[in-house]
Amino acid sequence: MRRDGFLLRIELRSNPEVLCVVRSALARLAELLGFSDSDSHLVILAVDEALTNIIRHAYKGERERCIEVTLRILPKASDSPSHRILEIVLLDDGLPVDAKRLRPRPLKEVPIDELKPGGLGLHFIRKNMDKVEFRRQDGRNLLRLTKALPLAESH
Amino acid sequence: MQIAIRKLDQITIIDVSGDIDLSTSPDLRKVLLHEMRELKVPRVVANLTSVRYVDSSGVASLLEGLKASRDMKSRFIMYGLNAKVTQVLQLSKLLNIFEICENEEQALKP
Repeated sequence: MRRDGFLLRIELRSNPEVLCVVRSALARLAELLGFSDSDSHLVILAVDEALTNIIRHAYKGERERCIEVTLRILPKASDSPSHRILEIVLLDDGLPVDAKRLRPRPLKEVPIDELKPGGLGLHFIRKNMDKVEFRRQDGRNLLRLTKALPLAESH
Repeated sequence: MQIAIRKLDQITIIDVSGDIDLSTSPDLRKVLLHEMRELKVPRVVANLTSVRYVDSSGVASLLEGLKASRDMKSRFIMYGLNAKVTQVLQLSKLLNIFEICENEEQALKP
């Protein structure tokens, strides 16, 4: 997989039961791109959490709404001179996300009684991906995640 | 995700297999809370040997199990965590909070 550009687009309904299908597709793609098992898992976790957030918060649990996931390879760039980049863009037309809620907050070790798992998904996304960007575009929520590809072996 | 329940004297073993994610974690949560809060089982053991994947909603369900066990002064033990599940708990900074055993024998020791 050496070409840059568009790789794969998945359009799914906001049904939690198909999340495993997206994860499987990502797992195979990550393998093709040369990610280690561990890094592959980090990417899958981040996308899975992003989809979960869309289903829960943007779509308030509705199961018939549309989510689009587009994967591209971006060429080496000035801020990533030695690595090509995997770009994953998630689009939904649900409730506008309050960008303030997406700001990174440190995950402290808090006493168990005070633990609220709500922020955990966002933590996974921010920790596992290199860049996380959110914006509104044409009335839709757009979440852009990137991760540097492992260095290619020479063939 | 499949759940099977084995009952020993004063111990319930919950055999979980598959993925614990947004669609399946509510079922796990229900089972854990039923064993702990309603049946008041003194020790609940979750066998995660056949669990391939856990996301944050899965972690939340396990955490609710742990909180329930503390409220009920019972024990909640997990075993059979693979590398991915361990990684997720590590990322959540929760690995040290749970009681985790290497295998069933250890989990059942008095």
